[in-house]
Amino acid sequence: MSKKSHILALFNDFEEAAHAIAALRESRLQGFNMQDVTLKSPIDHPECAAELGDRPVYIQLFSLLGAVLGSSLGFLAISSAQANFLRQPRGGFPIVPIPTNMVITYELFILGSVFFTIIACYVVFWIHAQKNRLYNVAISVDKIGILVKADPAAIAGLRDIFTRYHALEISESSDVAR
Amino acid sequence: MTPHAHDDHEHEVATEARFVIKPKDINEEISWAQINEDVLSSLERPRPLYWVIFFGSLAAFCWGVYCEIYQYNTGLGVASLENPQVWGLYIATFIFWIGMSHSGTLLSAILLLMHADWRKPIYRFAEAMTTFSLMTAGLFVLVHLGRIWEFYYVVAYPSERWTWPNFSSPLVWDATAIGTYLTTSIIFLYFGMIPDLAICRDKAHGFRRLFYRVMSVGWKGTDWQWANFRVTYLTLACLLIPLAVSVHSIVATDFAVSQQPGWHTTSFPPYFVAGALYSGCAAIITLFIILRYTFRFEQYMTIPILEKLAKLTFAISMVWTYLNLIEYASVWYGTDSYAKDALIFRATGTYAGWWWAMNILASVVPFAMTFKAVRTHIPTMMVVSLLLNLGMWIERFMIVTPTFAHGYYPWTWTGNWWPNWVQIGIIIGSFGWFTMLFMLFCKIFPSVSMYEVKEMVYHRIRARKKTAPQPAPIVQPAQS
Repeated sequence: MSKKSHILALFNDFEEAAHAIAALRESRLQGFNMQDVTLKSPIDHPECAAELGDRPVYIQLFSLLGAVLGSSLGFLAISSAQANFLRQPRGGFPIVPIPTNMVITYELFILGSVFFTIIACYVVFWIHAQKNRLYNVAISVDKIGILVKADPAAIAGLRDIFTRYHALEISESSDVAR
Repeated sequence: MTPHAHDDHEHEVATEARFVIKPKDINEEISWAQINEDVLSSLERPRPLYWVIFFGSLAAFCWGVYCEIYQYNTGLGVASLENPQVWGLYIATFIFWIGMSHSGTLLSAILLLMHADWRKPIYRFAEAMTTFSLMTAGLFVLVHLGRIWEFYYVVAYPSERWTWPNFSSPLVWDATAIGTYLTTSIIFLYFGMIPDLAICRDKAHGFRRLFYRVMSVGWKGTDWQWANFRVTYLTLACLLIPLAVSVHSIVATDFAVSQQPGWHTTSFPPYFVAGALYSGCAAIITLFIILRYTFRFEQYMTIPILEKLAKLTFAISMVWTYLNLIEYASVWYGTDSYAKDALIFRATGTYAGWWWAMNILASVVPFAMTFKAVRTHIPTMMVVSLLLNLGMWIERFMIVTPTFAHGYYPWTWTGNWWPNWVQIGIIIGSFGWFTMLFMLFCKIFPSVSMYEVKEMVYHRIRARKKTAPQPAPIVQPAQS
């Protein structure tokens, strides 16, 4: 286990934040990597976030999984119920009307997909909330934050970079990285 | 710069120039902090009209509850529901509320995919309208049943007691579709609010802070969160659109697959979907005007946005009118003499006044919105939207009641059936229930999307800067 520190700098706008991120990328500072740099902003800004590198999103896979599971389980549940229910009056032959069952299967296709999508997204949100505890309420108003997780030795250098790029406020915290 | 890249850049500039040339939908100079302050203050200090509407709707709801208890204890006969008028106003109003729910999906999901950014200040309350109108519609299924305790017969579940429903019945599809639509709408509404709930969390104190903290699921606006949020929101929007279409198509199928003259029409599903979007848009205009005044949202719910809403409503009203005329024409020129008789009965029989009122209110009144002076005058638009809503409610009444009053058998030709005070009381109660929930929502949750309005302002200002004429370079005189 090694000690890690967090440093959060607030900027006035995306342009300044983007310059600071570019400076972080070009700096030869040891003790942090770009994967540990997080942008916090009141609005979505894909262009600025792209400066940080690739942020893969896997939500769609869960949507697909939910759709497949929802539709298969839905179809199986109603078909097995129909087969069981209509067995006796039909002399032992189960009847499963596929075209009409497709309507309910379609609804459960969507429901399964929605549930899996939202659950997957909540898990992602929760994980990132745990990882990035350092926060400033100004971010939800109009400021842009850059959070860096780094070795304590790198903090002074990071502070210099942020100051150079007109950071409005800089705060720090330390925790034990696992 | 390569020629291809140059073309791309030109296209981008031209696209963004749209925002510069057109009149401003909202004040683009407004600061982000001001947006937060304005919207959050709506949770604290609404105008007194808010309380008038809230307590008025609460009283209407209580009256509806009283009527329902009376009907429950005494039997459906007290609501004058008897053969052939077995559905009455309940199913007509059920269709009305289901229809209202479609506009939220239109504004939030369809316009989201079409990148119509003017929807941003108003889509949140339209989504809330979707959710609460679905909840209201669901109540009518229970109210109309009479034997409420047997509701589970229409829910698609396997039972050990062999009481499985008929899975091939559109009524069972209805229960599944509406259940799925309600669940998805609630999730979509809530999910889209998460960044705003985090803003509420950062400003609130005490119990409210805890509430918003739980609701905002650790939102801190990180780039990871935004990336996942964007993909999830789009995915949900894509899932919601076919769902909305399927719900009202299935409701239309309840009628279209039956043998009643006048209902057995293949154009019913698109006719119902168009009617749903139409009545929903009219309701959005009504609520737009009420919220604008009640919560002091004049900066966000602006006249240009109202004008766009009016244009959208007019376009949809023409689609609905076309489908309505198609329905008349297919019956008139068809070979089904019973359906033709039913149509003639609607236009000339006991309910003729209502039929003509429906056609005038829903097909002629929208032409008022072709005039800019009407579209931009708030009191007139309020009256027009209420008339359109009334017209669309009468449309649902005309679908249900005259058809039952003029079926295949002469004994069904009652012709003079009217709902009594119990039915009317429950209908009024449903409007009270909807309005009460809607007003409560607007007091607890931000009814204008703060982060989306910030995005709107940000992107428009950026576009304006990009398309602004560049100052000519200063040429330094050459030194000799």
